[in-house]
Amino acid sequence: MTYTLKQAADLLAAGKTSAVELASDYLARIEAAQGALNAFITVDRELTLAMARKADASRAAGNAGLLTGVPIAHKDIFCAEGWKTTCGSKMLEHFVSPYDAGVVERCTAAGLVTLGRTNMDEFAMGSSNENSAYGAVRNPWDRDAVPGGSSGGSAAAVAARLAPAATATDTGGSIRQPAAFCGVTGLKPTYGVVSRYGMVAYASSLDQGGPIAQTAEDCALMLNVMAGHDVRDSTSLEMAKEDYSRDLNQPLKGLRIGMPREYFGAGLAADVAAAIESALAEYRKLGAEVVEISLPRTELAIPAYYVIAPAEASSNLSRFDGVRYGHRSQNYEAYFEEHNKEAKEEKEKVTLLEAMYETSRAEGFGWEVKRRILTGAYVLSHGYYDAYYLKAQKVRRLLSEDFQAGFGQCDLIAAPAAPTVAWNLGEKGDDPIAMYLADIYTLGVNLAGLPGIAHPVGFGANGRPVGLQLIGNYFSEARLLNAAHQFQQATDWHTRAPAL
Amino acid sequence: MQWEVVIGLEIHTQLSTQSKIFSASSTRFGNEPNTQASAVDIALPGVLPVMNRAAVEKAIQFGLAIGAKINRKSIFARKNYFYPDLPKGYQISQFEVPVVEGGQVTIRVGDQDKVINLTRAHLEEDAGKSVHEDFHGMSGIDLNRAGTPLLEIVSEPEMRSAAEAIAYAKALHSLVTWIGICDGNMQEGSFRCDVNVSVRPLGQKEFGTRREIKNLNSFKFMEQAIKYEVQWQIEQIEDGHKIQQATVLFDPDSGQTRMMRSKEDAHDYRYFPDPDLPPLVIDEAWIERVRSELPELPEAMQARFQSQYGIPAYDAATLTSSKAMASYYEATVAAGADAKLASNWIMGEISATLNREERDIADSPVAADALALLIRRVMDGTINNKTAKDVLKKMWEAGDSADAIIERDGLKQESDTGAIEAIIDEVLAANAAMVEEYKSGKEKAFNALVGQCMKASKGKANPAQVNEVLKRKLG
Amino acid sequence: MSLTQADVRRIARLARLQVNDTEVAEVEQKLNGIFGLIEQLKAIDTEGVEPMSHARDVALRLREDVATETNRRAAFQAVAPAVEDGLYLVPKVIE
Repeated sequence: MTYTLKQAADLLAAGKTSAVELASDYLARIEAAQGALNAFITVDRELTLAMARKADASRAAGNAGLLTGVPIAHKDIFCAEGWKTTCGSKMLEHFVSPYDAGVVERCTAAGLVTLGRTNMDEFAMGSSNENSAYGAVRNPWDRDAVPGGSSGGSAAAVAARLAPAATATDTGGSIRQPAAFCGVTGLKPTYGVVSRYGMVAYASSLDQGGPIAQTAEDCALMLNVMAGHDVRDSTSLEMAKEDYSRDLNQPLKGLRIGMPREYFGAGLAADVAAAIESALAEYRKLGAEVVEISLPRTELAIPAYYVIAPAEASSNLSRFDGVRYGHRSQNYEAYFEEHNKEAKEEKEKVTLLEAMYETSRAEGFGWEVKRRILTGAYVLSHGYYDAYYLKAQKVRRLLSEDFQAGFGQCDLIAAPAAPTVAWNLGEKGDDPIAMYLADIYTLGVNLAGLPGIAHPVGFGANGRPVGLQLIGNYFSEARLLNAAHQFQQATDWHTRAPAL
Repeated sequence: MQWEVVIGLEIHTQLSTQSKIFSASSTRFGNEPNTQASAVDIALPGVLPVMNRAAVEKAIQFGLAIGAKINRKSIFARKNYFYPDLPKGYQISQFEVPVVEGGQVTIRVGDQDKVINLTRAHLEEDAGKSVHEDFHGMSGIDLNRAGTPLLEIVSEPEMRSAAEAIAYAKALHSLVTWIGICDGNMQEGSFRCDVNVSVRPLGQKEFGTRREIKNLNSFKFMEQAIKYEVQWQIEQIEDGHKIQQATVLFDPDSGQTRMMRSKEDAHDYRYFPDPDLPPLVIDEAWIERVRSELPELPEAMQARFQSQYGIPAYDAATLTSSKAMASYYEATVAAGADAKLASNWIMGEISATLNREERDIADSPVAADALALLIRRVMDGTINNKTAKDVLKKMWEAGDSADAIIERDGLKQESDTGAIEAIIDEVLAANAAMVEEYKSGKEKAFNALVGQCMKASKGKANPAQVNEVLKRKLG
Repeated sequence: MSLTQADVRRIARLARLQVNDTEVAEVEQKLNGIFGLIEQLKAIDTEGVEPMSHARDVALRLREDVATETNRRAAFQAVAPAVEDGLYLVPKVIE
């Protein structure tokens, strides 16, 4: 028997189950599905049950909160004290975090029980979850399909009902796209709403944590826990605590939904377009008005993102140098000898220390990560900064101005989460360009720092899920959740679960 | 040929804050390795920087003290390079827009005043330390210092000799300690100088190629290093070699500079605005508050000492050479000592004894009010100057008050005319010959008689009175 | 614009990534594909546009100057590749 976050909370409140019972049931499901889906990198039964017992104890002591004892999964990007935190990388294969991320602290304080650490693209770089050092995750709807990325493990786990909800992060679509590919609901909040402290950084000005769950209602409950000011993050916004579920039941009468022309042109698969169309028809039935708008520079989001994100990543990942933690190569002395023997000029030679850096990083990082580090180092390097990095930052402003112009004509913007349904494992092979182009509909939201939600709206020709993305203006999370919730009250796509 | 030396300085001053610039670790010096290195300092995955308000305030203090422009909005940037004492693989610094721009410092070389213009001063984090004792072929890394706030102060290349460079460095050193933003402890690395040196034929417009001497932490080494480097560059050029831009280290043992082997200067730092840190915004109110709390600066105090106490420029300059001496002087005068006498005593006996004992005036055994009492006793004629010097010695050793010592040792000056007349009569009777010489016109004989009288009074007789009475008696 | 293998070697050194000769060619080809994508930016007129380096325009928040961190060396060094006498060990640092 599986539950939504809300159902689990109600059962616990009613005393119909215990945290330990829930945790044990889900651990059993995870174990059973692990071979088929590989959705988790780390499961630690003892740590989980200890948390569950603690939750039951505090409930018995009468100081349980709304979610005390409810089990969730954490994306392996959030540092959690005592848990291996690998970020999908060999670099951190043996890294047991000595501290908690802000998000993990809040979840623990709310009494949520950690079921395990979900698989992900290495350092959150990827759209298919094939870039994990711990193996690809499979899509629960079709094991030949990718689950999307980079939060593929979290989305697959929720879709396969291995956890009622999971934390995730979104730098260029990493919550919304896998949620869409796996037929679940995922929310990417306004930049600065969820603390980045303890969230291993990919691209600091774009990264934002958020929830993936079966329903918008559960996402609201999760965001109530995850959101909030954190003095340890200088980009965390100082704002009054809000209840993100406050508007769930508002009718959608008068809601204006904008359809950006540029998002529905060539490149959008017919089956995805059809599912989106019928979803928008449903929103009309719920009283929303759909208007056409234009986001003229949409296609520039790809080049701007693939300059800015790698630039920040190249610097963020410099700390992985094999000195204080993480992988240190055993082969650096051999490389040192070898390389310097072949070096033609003095300046080509490396010191033993440089050899240690180069081999440790070469062995610890996968190729997608290396490509982004190299791209980033290049666009920031002497003579190229203005032409690439600075230019991309200016285009970034133009793109966010386009969104503001769009919100002049509507309350929310509707868009596909991806041009197609989930593609086959290995289909895009090792072709970065094909991968990058598939991010077209999600990147803009991160560049502008806006909130966005993806929720299931049907299935494509091959039976793989289709997700609709709704984009709101800054701090409109409650509005996005309200719209998605009303849609889910009128439809049942979100209740469909894949057969395991 | 005639060569002109061109020198510019980059000085790293550690700001005296309690906690680090981006973390809440202590900045204390000399603790066990890595016990003051927090998750942020060792750059664990996921940690983030949070700026220390006090470090910004100290930068503002400095900017105001040198009459510089305080940028209302400045940007933190990442300087990317790999080094084991740099945990993040980048240093958070300021690049395009620093917090402080411009400003001036006046230096004095010989009796020449010269104004040196500053380019900028920016906030950044210090790195850790490599411990070079051999750990079976490895180096040890201590990150206690990593993240200590630094203000890097960059001058224009306006110094033309080692002497000017030293004078500039000393002027900045006394300024930052005077306004209390840096403890100035050079042994502990709180004040480190990088010196850019180049030479060019006298009269040539464009600069020669410069070499940077890194991390000089004593004025003595700085002088040796610059002199060696200048000679070396001139010889290279005269031997027909070109100077290659380079970073060098000074080796105190050999007295020579040598190229750094780590190709630090070959780096391409890939500066870009730190996405973890929004722009630093400083408002008018903050600047005005800091301005109002800024202590009186040395130059201003010198001028005030001259006008308020009527002491010569030289005295005023000496007494304001350190904040401690200045306040000691003002306290002495406030306790009733004559301004000029106080100046003489402090610049004379007190300084001499402190230097001899290598003590700072702040912990002088003779406090300002004790010295004032001694000076007052000279002023009111209780003792004469010579006796006063002996009394000071005793005060220094025993710590007793001047009055106690004068009383105990009966040093009170004899001013009772009757007693003095008696002494004089004895002396005259005992020295009839001298009296004759005087009467026959030998002026010198008079001084001899005065000496006899003082001797007979064991130095306690008031010299003025002796003169007067003696003259009368000799008619 | 297109990167040469020399460019790839240069940035690999800058980024401290060992890339062997067989990998260089592969990386060169992939990066040139990526830069082909990025090149579009060049055509865009951004005259007078303010660069956007943060998602939200906010001012830096400042921390009060208090030292509250405690010594956690043991916990931190438990995950370190090589330590001795409380120091992190690295191949000899040459200045």
